[in-house]
Amino acid sequence: MYEAAHGRAPAVATGIKRAVPDSVVFTYQGDGDLAAIGTAEIVHAAARGERITTIFVNNAIYGMTGGQMAPTTLPGQVTETSPYGRDVKTAGYPIRVSEMISTLDGAVYVERVSVDSVPNIIKAKKAIKKAFEIQLQGLGFSLVEVLSICPTNWGLSPNESVKWLRDNMIPYYPLGVKKDATTGEVK
Amino acid sequence: MADKVLMKGNEAIGEAAIHAGCQCFFGYPITPQTEVAAYMSRRMPKVGRVFLQAESEVAAINMVYGAAGAGVRVMTSSSSPGISLKAEGISYIAGAELPCVIINIVRGGPGLGGIQPAQSDYFQATKGGGHGDYRLVVFAPASVQEMVDLVQDAFDVADKYRNPVMVMGDGMLGQMMEPVEFKERPKKELPEKTWAANGLKGREKHNVINSLFLKPEELEAHNNKLQEKYREIEKNEVRYELYNCDEEMDLVIVSYGTLSRICKNAIKMLKKEGINVGLIRPITLWPYPVEAFDKVIDKTKNGFISVEMSCGQMLEDVQLAVNGRKPVHFYGRSGGMVPTPAEIANKIKGIVGGAK
Ligand SMILES: Cc1ncc(C[n+]2csc(CCOP(=O)(O)OP(=O)(O)O)c2C)c(N)n1
Repeated sequence: MYEAAHGRAPAVATGIKRAVPDSVVFTYQGDGDLAAIGTAEIVHAAARGERITTIFVNNAIYGMTGGQMAPTTLPGQVTETSPYGRDVKTAGYPIRVSEMISTLDGAVYVERVSVDSVPNIIKAKKAIKKAFEIQLQGLGFSLVEVLSICPTNWGLSPNESVKWLRDNMIPYYPLGVKKDATTGEVK
Repeated sequence: MADKVLMKGNEAIGEAAIHAGCQCFFGYPITPQTEVAAYMSRRMPKVGRVFLQAESEVAAINMVYGAAGAGVRVMTSSSSPGISLKAEGISYIAGAELPCVIINIVRGGPGLGGIQPAQSDYFQATKGGGHGDYRLVVFAPASVQEMVDLVQDAFDVADKYRNPVMVMGDGMLGQMMEPVEFKERPKKELPEKTWAANGLKGREKHNVINSLFLKPEELEAHNNKLQEKYREIEKNEVRYELYNCDEEMDLVIVSYGTLSRICKNAIKMLKKEGINVGLIRPITLWPYPVEAFDKVIDKTKNGFISVEMSCGQMLEDVQLAVNGRKPVHFYGRSGGMVPTPAEIANKIKGIVGGAK
């Protein structure tokens, strides 16, 4: 296991995969990490069709640093650095990473899943398995975006958090396969 | 006189910047300085100024470059790994001679390191960090009050010399609460920003903000001009405190920031045992207070000891200042380990040899 600098995991993973091509390499990244500071690295790893897998955990906030606004923070959402609610006039709009990555030819498989219920967790597991199979077959880049909760920094109980995810995140970040080049499916 | 308020170091930084007329703040979350950004996100919109969370430290420092070039007072804030990312931008800002204030609330390194207080960015702050022949003015406050005063001074010094100024504290200073006062400050005579790229404003020619000089003769001339400016800063801006340095001393501690306060406690402990130790506290890390050493060099029996929360980074400047005239010792902890007064006192007893 490597610990990469904030946002740079896709570049580190590229280095590993290029040096040891028969290894299985994946990155595990938060939304601040992947969609803010690490946007260049993820876009270019996908564009190059790196044979790696990215597990992208989207909880709509910076968790580790204590709850600041992330690129995925929803309009109006209160965080430590959007204390009056995310104002799209000054802080812009959330990024739908899976849709964006799907536009790149090097990305072979992109799916958004959620872990808010048992059926969705089972779907998430299937998506992650598929993403790794794509890598094992040497087909190119795969990414699974996992909508998840952050009770501590959302200031909600775990149960309330699951509800908040369903009511607010899923409408903004629709679940499902965004691209599957093995079947030619692009949504 | 203004009232005293109890404030956390990081929040006091934000309020001090607002007092100094900071128009724009660009930041990015990182422990242990995130409260600066959080404070600015609450306060800046209320006073009609700009707060923006950038997508990275690289973006934040380039936003600073943009705003500084347009002639407004601007600040950014980060902690060690984030300052490394800002290094490129700082070099451009220094090269283009733009004023701005950069806060570094230092955490232990190298790499991702830790989040506990450290002084291990001394080299980065004082010897470059970014590429090229440039200098940062570096202030190292030891209390929240001094932080408040120096942040405000930093804007003036930056404007006066058209140079980036860094205010460096450790995680302790950022996180602790102390009473502070925002004093009335006399208005400084500062040069007008006629160089700002903020529209023609009746001028004939566009102002250009740039650090590219492809002809070696021109780049050297530019560098020589920068060097002249740095000599001027060395002449005018050196700051330090001498503590308990009036009489003959067994040893002189050199220490800055919050650690210097721990050293003062060690000095008090040693005094009770009949050991007299002085303290040089650099307040500007660059320009380094070499003259402070000249003032005490004949009064110290056993020379100097650099006490740091780093592995001998300031030691090199102490050695240069002493220049072989007296012995130079070292005591340092790192990685977020903060020395206790007793630990420092013991080390000193080892050097000067027990009670006198
Ligand atoms: C260069 C740099 N800047 C800032 C940080 C501080 N930092 C650590 S984790 C993190 C982001 C946390 O949010 P996210 O990536 O969404 O992951 P989560 O904690 O929510 O899972 C930040 C900003 C850092 N480590 N390095």
